[in-house]
Amino acid sequence: MTDFAGNQTIIEVVYLIASALFILSLKWMSAPKTARHGVWAGEIGMVLAIAGTLLHHGIVDYKWIAIALVIGSGIGVPLGLVHMTAVPQRTALSHAFGAFCVTLVGTAEFYLRTPDVPPFMMSVLCMEVILGSLTFTGSLMAAGKLQEVLPQRPITYKGQNIVNLGLLAVAVVAGVYLVLHPGTKQLFPVMVVIPLFFGVFMIMPIGGADMPTVISLLNSYAGLSAAAMGFVVQSKLLIIAGALDGSSGFILSVIMCKAMNRSFTNVMFGAFGQVQAAGAAGKEEKTVRSATAEEAAGILAAANRVVIVPGYGMAVAQAQHKVRELYDSLTKKGVDVRFAIHPVAGRMPGHMNVLLAEADIPYDRLAEMDDINGDFPQTDVALIIGANDVTNPAARTDQSSPIFGMPILDVDKARTVMVIKRSMSPGFAGIDNPLYYMDKTLMLFGDAKAFVNGIVHELAGNSH
Amino acid sequence: MQLIDGLFVFMLAGFIGFEVIKRVSPLLHTPLMSLTNALDAIAVVGAIALVGEHKSQLSFILGFLAVIAGGFLITDRMLKMFKSSRPTKP
Repeated sequence: MTDFAGNQTIIEVVYLIASALFILSLKWMSAPKTARHGVWAGEIGMVLAIAGTLLHHGIVDYKWIAIALVIGSGIGVPLGLVHMTAVPQRTALSHAFGAFCVTLVGTAEFYLRTPDVPPFMMSVLCMEVILGSLTFTGSLMAAGKLQEVLPQRPITYKGQNIVNLGLLAVAVVAGVYLVLHPGTKQLFPVMVVIPLFFGVFMIMPIGGADMPTVISLLNSYAGLSAAAMGFVVQSKLLIIAGALDGSSGFILSVIMCKAMNRSFTNVMFGAFGQVQAAGAAGKEEKTVRSATAEEAAGILAAANRVVIVPGYGMAVAQAQHKVRELYDSLTKKGVDVRFAIHPVAGRMPGHMNVLLAEADIPYDRLAEMDDINGDFPQTDVALIIGANDVTNPAARTDQSSPIFGMPILDVDKARTVMVIKRSMSPGFAGIDNPLYYMDKTLMLFGDAKAFVNGIVHELAGNSH
Repeated sequence: MQLIDGLFVFMLAGFIGFEVIKRVSPLLHTPLMSLTNALDAIAVVGAIALVGEHKSQLSFILGFLAVIAGGFLITDRMLKMFKSSRPTKP
């Protein structure tokens, strides 16, 4: 993007405006009131950026651009209309596509420019391609795990970390060699293909409970590879968009890690829940109290304050609309109902918020962990729908527990605890939850959607 | 564009991103991710240039595929953002 002035100035101004819109769109995302403006700003910025690029004087062939865009949109429209519960895997999938796009462009740029590529240019190009291709396969793997096409449990074997790091090291060494000897064309495919494998191996040992962190991390990688591409094609717009995306993904991963009291390295190399599966065999029989929908409805109707704790189970059962009906009928009876959202509930950051918002539950009824934890002792009923590890009191008390130290929702401090669960089988991480054996805990066995529906019916029956 | 200019832009954008995103409420983390994901789709700009300039057969083909991927990503994200911005409705 050098050469002639004229058009070029206009294009640069358009890019400038687009960049400003991108920053504004993120700024407006900070509050629900302005979030919609944020989305518009982002969309307008995107349209401007593409229009500006089409003005580029070097572009001689519009036909194929149009054809490619039409094909791309053709695939995008039906996939974009999937249900909200599929959001985590859809997000992972789009990370994959973004990274794919970046990798392809990087590859094309390499073969266009080689052999005279200055060292700095070559190093960003290597970064672009390595990050791009590992994000591509890594995100595909994450999407596969979330869609349950692939097993969700961590897959581990001996020496896994050494194999993974070794692969990455080979790719980096190839990159460094290319920087020093930009003419060695035959090395480039190595640098593209090896990270593809690394991406697959990187996600294999990661379990579903760690998905929020991993998706954020992949988001960050996708952004950084886009920024690297900005350096390669010398586009400030891309550098800015990539930097924003990269820092966003980074912040989200840090938030997710904090919410689980784990470090990055632990998430990436820890293979959560593997150890426990072996140790769980020797546990003694403990008794649980179960209740029917009728009994549960009676207790809920008599309560003054109810806190509902949603988790991934609610998403799987698609129970959010039934939960909304429950919220309505309890509110009508004068019960104060709130929702306690753990930062890592679900499979991606903010997953529960989106689901509940989709069911039109007012967002001021959704409370974050730190805000609501102090209120549990004054809560009559804590109703847990499909959440497990984020409510496990062992995280506070049992030093031997793998989740010890993880901040949890203090549901065990409520006067009565109700847990809607399919069976007594331990949760995703394979960790037993002592909450279920407490005297004040009532287990409501069944499908989340069906059971909430049952409670709603009972509540309606009582009022007539 | 000088490389150092690029680094300045990257540094400044990184800090702005950090400060702005730090304030985003957890309520909106999913839409935020959709949005930054869409910003990422701006990579299609580079792909469009590749296809349009048609410098070599290989770059053309790779660029063509990249525009498809990018075009897909943009459409998908636009639709998704439209839906996931629903928390804005009180």
